[in-house]
Amino acid sequence: MALLEVNHLDVRFALRGGDIQALRDVSFSLDRGERLGIVGESGAGKSVAAFSILNLIAQPGYIAGGDIHFDGQTLSAMSEHQLRQIRGHRISMIFQDPMMTLNPVLSIGEQMVECLRAHRRISHREAREIALDRLKQVQIPSPQKRLDQYPHELSGGMRQRIIIAIALLLDPDIIIADEPTTALDVTIQAEIMALLLELCEQHNVALMLITHDLGVVSQVTQRTLVMYAGRIIEQGPTKEIINDAQHPYTQGLINALPQMADPGQRLNQIRGAMPSLNAIPSGCAFNPRCDFATEHCRHVMPEFVTSGGCQVACHMVREMIEEAQHHA
Amino acid sequence: MPDVTTHKTTNAEASMQPSTETQTLVRIQDLEKRFDLSGSWLEQLQFKEGKLQRHQEFVHAINGVTLEVQKGEALCVVGESGCGKSTVARTVMGLISPSGGEIHYDGQRIDHLPAKAMLPYRRRMQMIFQNPYASLNPRMTIQQTLEEPLRFHQPGLNPSEVGDKVHEVMHAVGINPDWGKRYAHEFSGGQRQRISIARALAVDPEFIVADEPISALDVSIQAQVLNLMMDAQEARGLTYLFITHDLSVVEHFGTRVAVMYLGTVCELATTRELFANPRHPYTQALLSAIPRLEDDRPTHIRLQGEVPTPVNLPSGCVFHGRCPYADQRCRTEKPQLIPTAGGQVACHAVQEGRL
Ligand SMILES: Nc1ncnc2c1ncn2[C@@H]1O[C@H](COP(=O)(O)OP(=O)(O)O)[C@@H](O)[C@H]1O
Ligand SMILES: Nc1ncnc2c1ncn2[C@@H]1O[C@H](COP(=O)(O)OP(=O)(O)O)[C@@H](O)[C@H]1O
Ligand code: SF4
Ligand SMILES: [Mg+2]
Ligand SMILES: [Mg+2]
Repeated sequence: MALLEVNHLDVRFALRGGDIQALRDVSFSLDRGERLGIVGESGAGKSVAAFSILNLIAQPGYIAGGDIHFDGQTLSAMSEHQLRQIRGHRISMIFQDPMMTLNPVLSIGEQMVECLRAHRRISHREAREIALDRLKQVQIPSPQKRLDQYPHELSGGMRQRIIIAIALLLDPDIIIADEPTTALDVTIQAEIMALLLELCEQHNVALMLITHDLGVVSQVTQRTLVMYAGRIIEQGPTKEIINDAQHPYTQGLINALPQMADPGQRLNQIRGAMPSLNAIPSGCAFNPRCDFATEHCRHVMPEFVTSGGCQVACHMVREMIEEAQHHA
Repeated sequence: MPDVTTHKTTNAEASMQPSTETQTLVRIQDLEKRFDLSGSWLEQLQFKEGKLQRHQEFVHAINGVTLEVQKGEALCVVGESGCGKSTVARTVMGLISPSGGEIHYDGQRIDHLPAKAMLPYRRRMQMIFQNPYASLNPRMTIQQTLEEPLRFHQPGLNPSEVGDKVHEVMHAVGINPDWGKRYAHEFSGGQRQRISIARALAVDPEFIVADEPISALDVSIQAQVLNLMMDAQEARGLTYLFITHDLSVVEHFGTRVAVMYLGTVCELATTRELFANPRHPYTQALLSAIPRLEDDRPTHIRLQGEVPTPVNLPSGCVFHGRCPYADQRCRTEKPQLIPTAGGQVACHAVQEGRL
């Protein structure tokens, strides 16, 4: 059984005009030590999916259906008290903004020690030793000095290194990183991603990496999940998705990258924009933007079909596969 | 996919065969910009060593930048946040005044012009900003937003001419002209950026300064907006100063590229040359850090440390603290831009043949 299993997750936001469905029937799994990428445009539901795992969805959001299993336990049935034992301990989160995690009025050392001693019966001195050791692991210059510094005294890149150190503090099984480098410059981003990758491998930590950057996904993850308007529309091995995407949306996303067109030529744009959740088209949510859409696509929601190592939710792909099988 | 095969722009050809006579549209000469951080005169007074002393602190945002934008090109300025890209853009547009140096537009020095004399240039030069949410007035309809610059710059137009022009630019940027009565908040980020572009195009400018115009947009929308900007360039013969931190966009869009670091230009080259053969160690590091689809294991050049603050500029080469090739000369002597095969580079190691 996988380390983490999410089945038929359905998340809604109770708004004045009625509920909107932020996640529909989202299912995926994560193995021990595996690195999974979640990609999609903003508003696709990537963060909601990540936050739901630890039941961190804030009002007016709520989990309306589905279940989540982690290492033999059912997270979706746990009390807030039980979940607190898992959060930050066995499953850590890294956010785009380090200040979501850091307390501005505590020194780095105090925060790390506090976090360690909340979960382990160790002395202050021992905790400080572990904290220092983690700071060394994230290759921060002058780690000893950082322990006594406050978050505002550090640069964005340095703060994100501290966050990684904190995420690793209690030897978690999973790190969920939500756009961890989006706010950073490319040279810093490259360093932070390399560090995260190296540490996850070294400690056999599974990584769920949320990003809109297909380049980052292709470099860091083994499996990728593509989201559109609250649903997964394609998932499979990252290499297959990048080199041979099946879903027209995934193809469109990849083809729209500047590197996919000759210099100076027009880019291969996808027309239109992702719908907002209160105006999701019937059938396949992508149909108004899709060059292959038929009447069927406009009315019937596509189920997953297996294509190579990928799961794809597209009528056109299904028909092509069925046709190929028919001829074979 | 729509339009891909039918529409061949000539941008690429233009950049591959530079016309024999290039004409400078904008010249930025030895530009300097300092921001005073120390507040009012009273706030600057400090009691030190037994007496009152005046203490001033400056951000050295631009430190001697010289660039020429050629007619019809897209000159891209790249570099990491805080290196002074937006400050260059705003100074060129006359939104802030330089602390030193000159800006010339079409042969005329414009950086010290009184408002009235500047007016014609304010029409010929337009700016597009990063944040399409902040740059449109929420209390105006789209129609009003687009009419405003026209009424200001072309007061001679009668209402029906203004209406026609608004209709034309809305059509050109792919916004349904029937939506003129709507307000900015009713549009998505990508549509708002189209409207910002329409507003810039409405007054028939020659030169557009675009400061990170697609950075806030999703990939599929970025492609739409870039295509729109390329189409407009071709149809209207526009010249761009295009500012971005996204190198893959530069590679696609730019005729030439200027790489900035801590308020100085460290390399300037044709796009093709810069990407094929980056000379400056910073350019090399920057290019190696682009997360590309093809390589699974990134092998980027690791730089030591982080960008220093522009409050206390490093001596010598501004990059020396992070440079793998820095030596004593780099720490003391500022490298000047020297000509290379495809452009210019400011690096002692390159000049000495060490790199
Ligand atoms: N607090 C909230 N209230 C209402 N709707 C929300 C809230 N948070 C998220 N949503 C909805 O959920 C959708 C998915 O959001 P999110 O997961 O943050 O997207 P992303 O893929 O960019 O991370 C959004 O489009 C938004 O409509
Ligand atoms: N109005 C201002 N007052 C003080 N400092 C400023 C101001 N505008 C920009 N700066 C500083 O000048 C430097 C260059 O900024 P900017 O041109 O915005 O860089 P970029 O656009 O490349 O990110 C930065 O250090 C920034 O903090
Ligand atoms: S001048 Fe020296 S420090 Fe600056 S980039 Fe060249 S080698 Fe590095
Ligand atoms: Mg998000
Ligand atoms: Mg800027």
